[in-house]
Amino acid sequence: MTLLVLVAALGLVAVVAGIGVFVADSMARATFLLLASFVAVAVVLLAFGLTYLGVVVVLMMTIEMMIMVVFMVMLMMNPAGLEPMTMVHNRRGSRVIALGVFAVLAAGALLVPWPTSAPAPTTARGTDLMGPQMLTMAVLGLTLLAAIVGTVALSVSRGPARGGGR
Amino acid sequence: MADPATLLPLLLLAPALVVVAGLAAAAGAVTTGGRPGTPAVETLRLLTKQRRRTPADDPLLARIGLTVLPVAAVLALAVVPLGLPGTGAPVDLDVGLVWFNAMEVLAWFAVWTAGWGPNAATALVGGYRVLPLGLAYELPHMLAITTPAIAAGSLDPATVADAQHGLWYAVWMPVAFLLYLVSTAAMAFWGPFAAPLGRDLAGGAAAEHAGLDRLLLRAGRWMLLVAAAAMAVPLFLGGGAPPPITGPDPFGGPPWLWVGIKLLVVLALLLGLRRLMPVLRMERFATLAWTVLIPLAVAQALVVTVVVLL
Repeated sequence: MTLLVLVAALGLVAVVAGIGVFVADSMARATFLLLASFVAVAVVLLAFGLTYLGVVVVLMMTIEMMIMVVFMVMLMMNPAGLEPMTMVHNRRGSRVIALGVFAVLAAGALLVPWPTSAPAPTTARGTDLMGPQMLTMAVLGLTLLAAIVGTVALSVSRGPARGGGR
Repeated sequence: MADPATLLPLLLLAPALVVVAGLAAAAGAVTTGGRPGTPAVETLRLLTKQRRRTPADDPLLARIGLTVLPVAAVLALAVVPLGLPGTGAPVDLDVGLVWFNAMEVLAWFAVWTAGWGPNAATALVGGYRVLPLGLAYELPHMLAITTPAIAAGSLDPATVADAQHGLWYAVWMPVAFLLYLVSTAAMAFWGPFAAPLGRDLAGGAAAEHAGLDRLLLRAGRWMLLVAAAAMAVPLFLGGGAPPPITGPDPFGGPPWLWVGIKLLVVLALLLGLRRLMPVLRMERFATLAWTVLIPLAVAQALVVTVVVLL
């Protein structure tokens, strides 16, 4: 019962902070609220006893938010982001898409027959991914890394990497 | 958790970290030619000064970030085995190393918002310098943390410390140890990596902060440096086990004493780093990190993995 109340409260925090992302008029506040929302989800995972997953979510999301800031500086119209801005574009279309996705996911959660023996399917999935399919996963990881390095190498047309540094 | 004896280390953790960070700051002041009492005087001076506001600023966000910095340092230290009774750490967590790293990364967010908040050019540029710094140091840092974990086969720092009976990991994986020291200084944006608070920016992210805000930033940085230095002891220096590096232990003594002595050695190494190197430009450090440090870290992890698997 305590767990249920805790998780409900954290879920509420996550949703309210998530809404705040689109209400805030500052890039920094939006970034902070998105991080707060993810951290609330991470604490939900911790509350369910998924320690590793919860801690990794905090680690990855903090780094991800900060990398998102780097991308904002690269791609946004007001690079430093000091001007007021909004996260909302194409209101009608985004509403339709958001509600549609929510309906599909909620329907999936309610209609899919979930396995009742809790740990077994999870363990089976993990064993399958990391056992017989380990080679596939390793190749996938290397391919992704190569793609990232390749993209960066192609996009750097000048700067220190091409001998154009000061 | 109901037993007060188990809660006591947790309650004492923050004051203890403040004291050790203050001592480290005093030693740091001496190595740069100042007086040892400077940090104490500076603390009292900042506590009596008013906070500063700038036009169209965001004090709420800046203060959230500034508060996160010392809190993250205490939370990171909470999983470090300090030689206390039991497993040694104030909080026993089986994924302690990942938790430790997650708390450290919060410093990126803290400094960035501290630089953002005042709505001033120098502070903003200083705050933004944390991002290339983080992207440069974080991967070598993660790999340097992961390598001892691979050797010990556990993400629990206490298990990693216990696995070093016979040979300290600082000897077995010296590259990882050196990378850990360098990336620790970078993580605490300290010494050669102090560009976010650089003099060329009139103090960078700290430029517009006065009073308690400034104290949180500067004290938080020392606390972070001490917490990260403390993790080097269980990861690379045998935890609470006495020297020598190999063979049986001829010296006795409580584990917390040895952890303290080793922590002082690591802090001395970090303080020496500032004497050796000037402040690095972020682009230079990023190039160095991605072309030299990360390949070195991967090679070290590979060697350890192969030896462990054989």
